[in-house]
Amino acid sequence: MSDVTQVPEARVLPAPRSAASTIRYWPWFAALLISAVLPWLFYDWQHARHAGFVVSVLSQTGMMIIFALSFNMLMGQAGLLSFCHSVLFGLAGYSTVHFLNAAGAGELPVPMELVPLLAGLAGLGFAIVFGYVATKQRSTAFAMITLGIVQLVTTAATMFHHFFGGEGGIQTDRMIGRSLFGLEYAHSIEVYYLIVAWMMIAAIGMYFHTNTPLGRMANACRDNHERAQFVGYDPRMVRFVQFALSGFYAGIAGGLFAITYEIVTFDAVAAPLAANALLMAYIGGATTFFGPVLGAILITLMQSGVSLMSNSWLVYVGVLFIAMVTFAPAGLTGIVLEHAPIARAGLLRRLVLPYARGLLPGLIVLLGFVGMVELLSFLTIGQAQGKRFVLFGSTIDVHGVMPWLISLVFLVGGGVWLRREAIAFKRVWDGLTDIARQGDAPMGESG
Amino acid sequence: MTAPGLSLVEVTKNFGQTEIIRGVNLNVAAGERHALIGPNGAGKTTLFNLISGRFAITSGEIRLDTVRLDGLPPHRINRLGLSRSFQITSIFHRLSVLENIRCSLLWSRGYRYSFWHALGRQRALNEETERLLVELNLAERRDVQAGLLSYAEQRALEIGMTIAGGASMILLDEPTAGMSHSETEYAVALIRRVTQGKTLVMVEHDMRVVFDLADTITVLVYGRVIASGPPAEIRANPAVQEAYLGALAA
Repeated sequence: MSDVTQVPEARVLPAPRSAASTIRYWPWFAALLISAVLPWLFYDWQHARHAGFVVSVLSQTGMMIIFALSFNMLMGQAGLLSFCHSVLFGLAGYSTVHFLNAAGAGELPVPMELVPLLAGLAGLGFAIVFGYVATKQRSTAFAMITLGIVQLVTTAATMFHHFFGGEGGIQTDRMIGRSLFGLEYAHSIEVYYLIVAWMMIAAIGMYFHTNTPLGRMANACRDNHERAQFVGYDPRMVRFVQFALSGFYAGIAGGLFAITYEIVTFDAVAAPLAANALLMAYIGGATTFFGPVLGAILITLMQSGVSLMSNSWLVYVGVLFIAMVTFAPAGLTGIVLEHAPIARAGLLRRLVLPYARGLLPGLIVLLGFVGMVELLSFLTIGQAQGKRFVLFGSTIDVHGVMPWLISLVFLVGGGVWLRREAIAFKRVWDGLTDIARQGDAPMGESG
Repeated sequence: MTAPGLSLVEVTKNFGQTEIIRGVNLNVAAGERHALIGPNGAGKTTLFNLISGRFAITSGEIRLDTVRLDGLPPHRINRLGLSRSFQITSIFHRLSVLENIRCSLLWSRGYRYSFWHALGRQRALNEETERLLVELNLAERRDVQAGLLSYAEQRALEIGMTIAGGASMILLDEPTAGMSHSETEYAVALIRRVTQGKTLVMVEHDMRVVFDLADTITVLVYGRVIASGPPAEIRANPAVQEAYLGALAA
């Protein structure tokens, strides 16, 4: 056995990837470019003004990207499910309103561009306080403590009027008259670019964090907190620092929220916002860094787009969430990444037909489901609002039997068909994965 | 760094009413290879858990050289230079093999809770990681998720993570459990190589491994040390033969 006990020749270290490093940065440049250009695609040249709705949706998306990424510093990277992430966001938002009011009154000589940094520091401060309590525990106990914190702070927000302003919240005026670039921030487009700038800073900061000793040990503690202790780390301290830093970034998002809307109410600290972060991170994919970005974009679009079209948009978000947790726990980016081994083996083409076959039944199920939900919605809320169900130009009688019957047939029939296609798909998928895995196998097993 | 010695004085451990460790006295001299043997349920792994701080002792004293270990949390004990492996493989299963080793190096290299160093730029750290990967024969598998390694590879990684931090007192809990004959031979050679100049305490069931590696053997039966000495002496000890080796031969 002397051949296996010998230390193999020191293998040549891979050459520094200078070519790869320029490639590595392109997603960042692309993101910056897209963010900068997007509002101009909807610019109204005739009246020489920006589309207010679009700018508002984009601004909301930008701050939610920061928020979702900072949430995932806890959930995806450290295995900590926090329900009080909204507290860090909201309290930083409240603080920002006070900063802006002080700045407006000339008591705080800070340019607008640095206000989000102050908000981040406020978030950091609150995260240190709450994190000290919450990170004493991990997993379920941690989640319970954060649930307690969010309820506590939400209640406090309606009780202590000096800081929170009660039910109505507190307002501010973002035109503090101090800027590094001489900007007034009178228009929402100026605020949008402030958001883009801070979104890039925060995202790069958080990405850098994933490749630091602490960021890596957060992953390690997530995987096996006990082992972390036996390589010299105190998992509690890892959780605490990670929590505090995620609070810093959540604070930046909260500050941008306050600057954008010039009002902060208790909704900004309440649990539904934390649940939103969970949805974004999960649907986008918590196992990758960029997953939450995708989730934030998708959920914000659904919130502002689908909510205009349908009363029941929350139902769709909920069902999407349940479907993702059930069928694709690694989220949308996870689904994409799972194709990687098959793509490497050059077998992706063989998936085209199975996917195509699932498309039609999938669409039918979707139609049936949306039909049922909308019929129900128009029968109840819609009727109260005096709305009519209009589809392809013709009004649908929600009291008639046919629409219900058709939706039901679509839903059930499509479901049965989709299930059959899904089984066939899985067979093909498993076969391809097996082939791909054999290609990936090591040349020789050790020992 | 000189290898430290370990001493246990009248260590006891109760779980509820049950006494598991019943007054163990044990001395491990600096630099020696010490095997801890005994029948199932003798308390070998429990003793490891006490020494490494995983469980608190009920009474007694544990010292690494002159430093009291009992009462310290595991990470503090580790920072003092005592590192252990686990009987049931304990690794960071979603991280790559390379990251597993690198994580095991971080504290001893002084990075603490740093969130300002870029891991990719830490030259000395990364070179040491690569060196260990080669030494463990895992260089080819460096980018594989640790959870996907074969069993024998995971055991090698486990040993690697235990020694990576440069601890001078190494505790290995059944490092060859569940291995085939050739895998065991490979593991023994690996252990011998990576624990050079260190003090080694190991729990082991495979008697060939014990007599092959150990300078001193301690026999634990029902939470008590019944004998401790060089292999030849242990082999000849009638009490040991009756309690343990004899049972195996029968």
